[in-house]
Amino acid sequence: MSEGLTAKTISITGHGGDEIEAYLAVPDDGVSSRGSVVVIHHMPGYDSSTKEITRKFAANGYAALMPNLYYRDAPGASPDDAAATARAKGGVPDERLVGDVGGAATYLRGLAASNGKVGVIGYCSGGRQSFLAACSLPLDAAVDCYGAFIVNTPPDGMPLKVTPIIGLAKDLSCPLLGLFGADDKFPTPAETAELDRVLDELGKPHEFHTYEGAGHAFFSVDRPSYRPEAVNDGWQRIWDFYGKYLAG
Amino acid sequence: MCTYQTEQISITGSGKGASGWFALSDATVYFDHPVHAMAEHTLNIDFLNPSRGPGARVAVELTAQSARELAKAIEVALASVPAELVS
Repeated sequence: MSEGLTAKTISITGHGGDEIEAYLAVPDDGVSSRGSVVVIHHMPGYDSSTKEITRKFAANGYAALMPNLYYRDAPGASPDDAAATARAKGGVPDERLVGDVGGAATYLRGLAASNGKVGVIGYCSGGRQSFLAACSLPLDAAVDCYGAFIVNTPPDGMPLKVTPIIGLAKDLSCPLLGLFGADDKFPTPAETAELDRVLDELGKPHEFHTYEGAGHAFFSVDRPSYRPEAVNDGWQRIWDFYGKYLAG
Repeated sequence: MCTYQTEQISITGSGKGASGWFALSDATVYFDHPVHAMAEHTLNIDFLNPSRGPGARVAVELTAQSARELAKAIEVALASVPAELVS
């Protein structure tokens, strides 16, 4: 693998036919057939750390595309200002998320070297959104990194801006890899165990790993939550998982 | 928390952002992941003027303890001046 890549900002057609900004990273390795990954950014937005993750997929042989889920709310704004604006407007509706991930998947399938297989990965709120997308769209592999509120309802007294989506599990279109922290409170190990049980019951292929000594957001290299042991193992799980379901 | 749970209020005043002073019209308050503070969750306040665009924002990210102390300090400051000044 050359690890050479090209990364740039492009425009894609998202939910409702809207043109939205997206960050594309593609390997420069001359391979004629490759899998692709839609990267869903975390709640703080379409930021440099998630762009770095997008480039990491390209460095490892995948075409990767991250739609800016907040583009409609704040086109051209800095990621943190856009995240604040999106929050003030009520956040990203589930339906819009599905449309934007669907648009990104369509774009990736249209690339000359696409093998037609598209995976999705999301972190934090994007973990829940990765599961949501995989239950709503025809995809080939999904990774949920510590997404909360898939099973559980947000605590009492909180308006249901983010609702549980466990009811969609029967529609999960692809294998699911879950990477969680044992010390996380959103989602707790009990919540991910319940998701595990439901997927077992439905016969949906999945693989969960819960890391001791890790809490929420352990993949974030620029945060105190970063846990290198969990991250090193987690990335290897991702490469194995995508290698099995997306490669070729 | 990874939710969009947010308290929103209308406010009157001014704030100093990246482009200098501007009039404020709104504020949002929420407890969620910070962008910059070295904590998993913080009490975040955005002082905003949406009519001037997303960049018209003064943001703070405070630990829960700091936020409570700030709230108390605001009340103490308001209580320490003649009532007619703050009515």
